[in-house]
Amino acid sequence: MNKQEFLDRLRDGLSVLPQKDAEEHLAFYSEMIDDRIEEGLLEDDAVGEIGSVDSIVSQIVADVPTAKNTARQKKKMKSWEIILLVLGSPIWLSLVIAAFSVLLSIYVVLWSAIISLWAVFGALIGCTVACIAAGIVFIPQGNTLSGIATIGAGTVCAGISIFMYFGCKAATKGILLLTKKLALWIKNCLVKKEEQ
Amino acid sequence: MDAQLKRGLLDICVLAAIKSEDSYGYKIIKDMKPYIELSESTLYTILKRLESANMLTVRTAEHDGRLRKYYHITKTGLRRIEDFKKEWSEIFSIYRFVTKGDDTHE
Repeated sequence: MNKQEFLDRLRDGLSVLPQKDAEEHLAFYSEMIDDRIEEGLLEDDAVGEIGSVDSIVSQIVADVPTAKNTARQKKKMKSWEIILLVLGSPIWLSLVIAAFSVLLSIYVVLWSAIISLWAVFGALIGCTVACIAAGIVFIPQGNTLSGIATIGAGTVCAGISIFMYFGCKAATKGILLLTKKLALWIKNCLVKKEEQ
Repeated sequence: MDAQLKRGLLDICVLAAIKSEDSYGYKIIKDMKPYIELSESTLYTILKRLESANMLTVRTAEHDGRLRKYYHITKTGLRRIEDFKKEWSEIFSIYRFVTKGDDTHE
C-alpha cells in the first residue's frame, strides 16, 4: 500500500470524527510516513511500519473521542427521559399533585390546631373579663354570692388562660420548627433528585 | 506493565524526549524505542493530552518542502519531570520495602 492509499483508507475510517480532528490525524500520519521515507525507507515499507489502518482507526475512535461519545450517549438518554416524562405525565403529574395536597393538608391541620389553641386562649380571656365585669355588676345589685361566684369563675379563667398562654406559645414554636424541618426535608429530597 | 502505570510513564518519557530540544513525532518515537515501545496513535493521544495540560506547545515549520510539527516543552512540562523525579525516589523506597527480605526467603 502506498502513502496515498493509506491516507485515503484512514480518511474513510475516520469519517465518524469531526472533519478538523480527522484532518489533524491525517496530517500526523502523513508526517510520520514522510519522515520514514526521508530516513531511507521505501514508501510501501514506511506505510507498513505504521501498522494496519483498521487497528489505527479502532484505536483512534476508542481513544480520542471518548468524552464526545459519552456526551452523545448522555444526550440520547436525556431525550429518552423527556419522552418518558411526557408519556408518564398522566401518572406522575397526578402523583405529584396528590403528594402536594397531602403535604398542604398536613400543614393546614398543624396550623389549625395552633389557631384553635389560641382561640381557646382568647375565649378564656374573654370569659375572665366578662365574669369579672358581671361580678362587679352583681354585687351592688345585692346578689353578693352570685357576684363573688362569677368573679371567682373569672379568676379561674384568668388562671387557666395564663397557663394556656405558655402552652400555646410553646406549641406554636414547636409547630414552626416542625414545618421548617418539613420544608427543609422536602427541599433536600428535591435537590438530591436533581443531582441524580 | 500495568496500563495505568505505563500511561503515566509514557507521558514523562515524551516530555523527556523534548526536554533538551524541540522534537517531532517520528524522532520522539525513535528516541524512546530503546526504552519503551510507543505506537503512533498512542503518541498522538499523549501529545494532545500534554498540549491541553499546557506541558508542551506545538509549532508547524517547513522542512524539506513539507510541513512538520515540532513540540516544545513548557515550564509546566519541565516541572512535571522534576515532580516525577521526586515521586520516583518515593516509589523506589516503596520498592525496597516491598522486596525487603526476598533474598532470605529464596
